[in-house]
Amino acid sequence: MKKLLLAATAAALLAGTWLAPAQAEYLKEHRGGTIRLLARSAAGTLDPHINYTDQGWQMYQPIYDGLVAFRKAEGMDGFTIVPDLAEALPQVSNDGKTFTFKLRKGIKFSSGQDLGVKDVVASFQRIFKVSGPTSGTFYAGIVGADKCLADTKSCTLEGGVVGDEAAGTITINITKPDAELLYKLALPHAVVLPADTPAEDMGSKPIPSTGAYTISAFDPNKGMTVSRNPNFKQWSEEAQPDGYPDVVQYDFGLSEEAAVTAIQNGEADWMFDALPSDRLGELGSKSMDQLHISPLSAWWYAPLNNRLAPFDNEKARQAVAYAIDRNTLVKLFGGKVLASPVCQVLPPDFPGHEDYCPFTKNPGAKWSAPDLDKAKQLVEDSGTKGQKVTIIVEDTAISRSIGVYLQSVLTSIGYVADVKPISSNIQFTYIQNTNNKVQMSVTQWYKDYPAASDFLNILFSCASFREGSDASINIAGFCDKEIDAKMQKALDLGVTDQKAADKMWAEIDRQVTDKAPAVGLFTPKRLDFVSKRLGNFKFNRQFNWMITQSWVQ
Amino acid sequence: MSNQAVTMPRKTRGPWAVAFAKLATDGAAMASLAVFLLIVLACLSAPLYAKWAGVDPFASTLDAVIQIDGADVPVMEQSTEGLGLGYTPLGPTWRLGNYFLGADSQGRDVMARMLYGGLSSLLISGAATIFTLILGTAAGLIAGYFGGVTDTVLSRFLDILWAFPIYLLAISLSIVTIAHGITIGPIQIESGSLWLPVIIIGIVYVPYVARPIRGQVLALRKSEFVLAAINLGVPGWRILWRDILPNVTTTLIVFVPLMMALNMLTESALSFLSIGVQPPAASWGTIIQDGQALLYTRPLVALVPGLAIAVSVMALNVFGDGLRDALDPRSKVRLGRD
Repeated sequence: MKKLLLAATAAALLAGTWLAPAQAEYLKEHRGGTIRLLARSAAGTLDPHINYTDQGWQMYQPIYDGLVAFRKAEGMDGFTIVPDLAEALPQVSNDGKTFTFKLRKGIKFSSGQDLGVKDVVASFQRIFKVSGPTSGTFYAGIVGADKCLADTKSCTLEGGVVGDEAAGTITINITKPDAELLYKLALPHAVVLPADTPAEDMGSKPIPSTGAYTISAFDPNKGMTVSRNPNFKQWSEEAQPDGYPDVVQYDFGLSEEAAVTAIQNGEADWMFDALPSDRLGELGSKSMDQLHISPLSAWWYAPLNNRLAPFDNEKARQAVAYAIDRNTLVKLFGGKVLASPVCQVLPPDFPGHEDYCPFTKNPGAKWSAPDLDKAKQLVEDSGTKGQKVTIIVEDTAISRSIGVYLQSVLTSIGYVADVKPISSNIQFTYIQNTNNKVQMSVTQWYKDYPAASDFLNILFSCASFREGSDASINIAGFCDKEIDAKMQKALDLGVTDQKAADKMWAEIDRQVTDKAPAVGLFTPKRLDFVSKRLGNFKFNRQFNWMITQSWVQ
Repeated sequence: MSNQAVTMPRKTRGPWAVAFAKLATDGAAMASLAVFLLIVLACLSAPLYAKWAGVDPFASTLDAVIQIDGADVPVMEQSTEGLGLGYTPLGPTWRLGNYFLGADSQGRDVMARMLYGGLSSLLISGAATIFTLILGTAAGLIAGYFGGVTDTVLSRFLDILWAFPIYLLAISLSIVTIAHGITIGPIQIESGSLWLPVIIIGIVYVPYVARPIRGQVLALRKSEFVLAAINLGVPGWRILWRDILPNVTTTLIVFVPLMMALNMLTESALSFLSIGVQPPAASWGTIIQDGQALLYTRPLVALVPGLAIAVSVMALNVFGDGLRDALDPRSKVRLGRD
């Protein structure tokens, strides 16, 4: 065993010494230039404690740092937590309720200020002071968070986040053990900003950063310029590696069609928005080398309102799950290369995922075909035949077409269905609010971090349902006390035995799927179209393409 | 017995006959009318066409396969080159009854949807025109005839409506009503109903009709025959109905094609923005919206309904101009804000 360990250590050292010069050589060879990115619009506020978008989170990766980070690596390695501004992963004590971090020394903000313990403490307070969107969920377990949530302005997190300037440590105390705390600390909502950052949404004003890059200009209507942080010295390649381009120029305003043309013409290097469906065939055949298809931990699903007829009846919900032809939906999304049919909640390759599909012609692990006879029978049995159902979808080409297809399906099994596309800007909050009496909708959920609870607990726990609120993420209004208790048990178990907890989550996934509070439609994949000159494309499972790890010269 | 021939007084034609005779000589107007009637007839045949072609223009048929020259052709064709990304709908076959204009992104027959879409567009624009004319005429007659406070209140209300940009007002009303419909006492109009766009479009154009009618009524109110009727003690409603309304009828008739053209454009715009006709029902506006995602591969899906709207609106406008020339030679009626 000892020999094996020695051999492994030697191999790792060799690999390290072999890799290190290659990385340095690549940096020497490809360093410089400007990467040009395009998006239809900006991602909203620049404030990393507030912005809650894929687009924003992706861009923050080379800019901001937290105490810990998701490893800047390709594939599943990107789900690993590594120390970032902290020297090492925290020491855990007090039965998993105290986490002590030692802050690295010598790190400076792009503004020239030294990073210190006070910045970390102030940043945690700021999450609450600016009423960050996840302050009441992800960070509500920190001691003193309840007071901060009640009175945001005078938040101190007393006893929750304690800094020791002399020792250079930060201690985070939580009210009960949380197996997912490090994931939550690695998200942009917990990055460290200068202590004097105003406790308000900074909107279009860039905030100084510790990462390899910093935001040097921003106009929400035109674009954003990200340039090298003059004070950056790489401290951890896996947490915050140096990047290749000198500048990232992110322009806003071009339509998807125009963005594709710009990339084809070499006027841009990448586009954030999904490729227009009518260009897929052409790009898939003529520009294969410029396309990158990557798996996503995401779920397209149709929440069914468990508190409104006809879907307050379990059989009616199951009928819909049996009737939907997932292959047709995959077709609408662009084909099997870009999506896979699903029945269950947890996406493939996700912690706790075990293939399961009860709602198919031959129930088992995978979906094979719709079972319309069974669906019609269930509708008859439920006594809901002939009832009216309205499906609320986003006003985008893909959502609208899925809505129209689902309307056909519901009509074919005996409902009187219609579909209503409403603006993408309001659809997600509209379908959450019970006052709008939405019976069925189509939406998506993308993971915040790689834990089964991020899907099951967030989307289907009783606590996630809030009557009359625009922020009732349990859109289906599903609440099963037994399943709820089991989810709590799985969360607790995760603190000591994550594998056993994941087994438990797999069981919960099956139980939730059986009750069909929502119908799984498909798992999408990310399709990135890049320019010919762009090299070293690397896709991180947590935050997607690592922009500054690609080169353009 | 005189052998002199008796000269009978010459029968003169009435003003309507004169107007229609004049209209009949207007080649452009008559040609436009013919084009418009052809479009109407084609759209009325939508159910027959769909039945004959054996297609359901409202249901997704992504897996459908049709026969062309004995060969099976899928309605949605998957790309087979390279990465095999995406599906392309069938293009035009130019065979009536067999996906003449091809398929849309749901695999539906575009020709059948065009005909149904035209029917919706014509029905909505026609019904909205009637709605506008009834409301606008009533408002114009009452405001112009009764004057005073009634006129002030009605006119200010029309001014408020007039102050909003038409499309902004229509879009706002549509967004408010699209999710839950309208409930006024016992009358409930459900959100997917075609009556919603009819009412919304009908309301926003009321000032366009009411203002000119009010102006005419103000002039007629001072005419001798109306003053005589008033002095004879004839009730106001009777004067309005029997004496004033017939005198503004020609103006109203001129309004019909012009308003219909305007309403058709508005309906298409609202449907294009997903706040008019709701899927899976079709209107020319919704078909353009469907075709927007296919502009690169199947441009006809968006172009054909666009062309249909352009031709219909042009035909209605040209016919409306001819009608105005025939019925209202002084050409007082103009649509617009100036």
